[in-house]
Amino acid sequence: MPQGTLCRALPVQNEEELKELLADTGGKKYYAEMQELDVNADKLAATLQKTLKSRLRTWLNICAKCGMCAESCFLYRIHNRDPKQVPAYKIQTTLGEIVRRNGKVDNKFMQHCMYTAWAKCTCCNRCGTYCPHGIDMGVMFGYLRGLLFSQGFVPWELKIGSGMHRVYRAQMNVTEEDWVETCEWMAEEQQEEYPLLEIPVDKEGADIMYTCNAREPKHYPEDIAEMAILFHIAGEDWTVPSKGWEQTSLSMFAGDWEACTMQVKEVYDAMERLKPKRMVGTECGHAHRATVIEGPYWAGREDGLPPVPCQHYVEWLAEALRLGKIKIDPAKRIKEPYTIQDSCNYVRNHGIKKAVREVMSYLADPSYYRPMEPDLEHNYCCGGGGGFNGIGMYRKERNFALMTKRDQILATGAKLVIAPCHNCWDAIRDLEEHFAIGIRWSFLKPLVVHAAIIPEHLKPQEEEEMEEEA
Amino acid sequence: MYDFLTGPMLYLSLAIFIGGCIWRVVWYIRGLDQKLDRVAYKAHLEHGLKHAARSVIAFIIPFGSHTWRAKPAMTIATFFFHFAIVGIPLFAPAHTTLMDQWLWIAPLSLPQSVVDFLILMFFISAAFLILRRVALPEVRILTNWQDVMVLAITIAPFITGVLASTHTGDYQFWLNMHIFCGEVMLIAIPFTKLSHFVLFFMSRGQLGMDFGIKRGGLKGTKFAW
Repeated sequence: MPQGTLCRALPVQNEEELKELLADTGGKKYYAEMQELDVNADKLAATLQKTLKSRLRTWLNICAKCGMCAESCFLYRIHNRDPKQVPAYKIQTTLGEIVRRNGKVDNKFMQHCMYTAWAKCTCCNRCGTYCPHGIDMGVMFGYLRGLLFSQGFVPWELKIGSGMHRVYRAQMNVTEEDWVETCEWMAEEQQEEYPLLEIPVDKEGADIMYTCNAREPKHYPEDIAEMAILFHIAGEDWTVPSKGWEQTSLSMFAGDWEACTMQVKEVYDAMERLKPKRMVGTECGHAHRATVIEGPYWAGREDGLPPVPCQHYVEWLAEALRLGKIKIDPAKRIKEPYTIQDSCNYVRNHGIKKAVREVMSYLADPSYYRPMEPDLEHNYCCGGGGGFNGIGMYRKERNFALMTKRDQILATGAKLVIAPCHNCWDAIRDLEEHFAIGIRWSFLKPLVVHAAIIPEHLKPQEEEEMEEEA
Repeated sequence: MYDFLTGPMLYLSLAIFIGGCIWRVVWYIRGLDQKLDRVAYKAHLEHGLKHAARSVIAFIIPFGSHTWRAKPAMTIATFFFHFAIVGIPLFAPAHTTLMDQWLWIAPLSLPQSVVDFLILMFFISAAFLILRRVALPEVRILTNWQDVMVLAITIAPFITGVLASTHTGDYQFWLNMHIFCGEVMLIAIPFTKLSHFVLFFMSRGQLGMDFGIKRGGLKGTKFAW
């Protein structure tokens, strides 16, 4: 059974292996090895026997082949209604075929499945809501990704991503020291403007424990600063854990369920160690999904809930504005048309529909709101969800897929897109880069930081005042 | 032949149909797995069932869901097709008389004019569904011989029924064929995708529970199906 040194069924075991994978620029050797990778049909059959239970079997068997799912899929629509992009077709010709052949499939077929699972489905779950039988092909593609991962057929970037979680418990190589140092650095940077600002690490019993996306300490530390400023202005009793601060899960995109469990348990351990009243996560869709929606099941929690109540950042922001903890300067309100990108992961898949709109009602006059069509739980994926954004080999397909969102945004006429999700934010950034339609896009944090009124007692004291006090 | 079809064969096909459907439902529920499906069925059962009902209701009411509203012609065809396929075997006067005689149950009959209308709509709907399957690339690509067989199995009792009731050709032959085709359909239900006769409620209900328990329902959000 030929297994490559980089491309193989075994997941990344240690830092050394991870570095070897990373050194293989663009996955050149990795994909070359994939051409020779054998399929372990017995293992595949055994996995099907053990994990393909009544729900998925029923979904595969009772599909009425009515094609009602076709129009629900943004990839079908954007590909000129190519019948090979019909969700039912995509799943029946991949997972359906593996099941019919009871795992007896070859390398070429597995590569076809890999392409379909990562370049033809973003697991946005929109089709399931349109299928009369309630067949959720996004869920089935998630399952298929797991089968493919277990055999080594996974895009190079996602093998690395899941390896990162296994080695660093973060999607990027950010260590505990890096994280804590970044927090200290960001707190210091802000102290000139907000002298009392702190980023408390490992404070027990705080009201809020904050978790984020590793790309923030790695590439966008200002995001951490903005988060701290808003908690500071709102007067929250909050903390970040030194360990278990990373909320994302590229392993979820990769179908590496073992790594998903490792990752989410680290966050839950932090909750149990620090005993906060609640957890607030950053403006990231898949991070919320991994830690709050799917995570409890990977961690084996019977009630399907995380150890403490969890909120997405937009929910906390809406609450802070509603309760008057943060007040907006009327002069700084947005005075231009804007639209909102609803993230699949927490809007369609967790019902957080009102929060962003509520936040925006404080930041701008409602007359400036230009809804996308469709929106809320029926909105289309940004075009880069489910890992699509990060896979170099499928970049052409991803760029093509961005046209749906481009056209939705153009139809609103707005030039400002509110995108409180890292994946959506990236996809919209890339679509602007690729199609140059003249839009701007933003998370909520910077908009609120810009417009918030800083309470007097938090402002730096003027020299005269300090002298008087002295 | 007639005695056999209306005697042992009738009871056998009914037993297979009822037993098979019960088995499919039991097998479905027993196969639900909290960890694999990632839905905490047990911990939030009552809540989940409410959302299951919401989801099922949205889809059994014509134009009750986004998907039905998006495709009005398909919706009308689907609902007439299903109303006829469930309503006529149970409520056509010719059937209720026999049910009284053979099965000692006598449901209310639909007026013959309503039955005739439903049969007409059934054939129009069936023609629409066949045409759609042939003409639309997104449906044609999904279709295989099993889908054609299943469609044939569901249409056959209607064609033979009309031929028998209108005394077209050999009455006894078409009557026997009608009973036979009806029994084939009953037997096929648990073993083919016609099992959606019961599994639709399971599958749609399950997704409703999924959204009700895991995907927002516990936050008080109702998914706009």
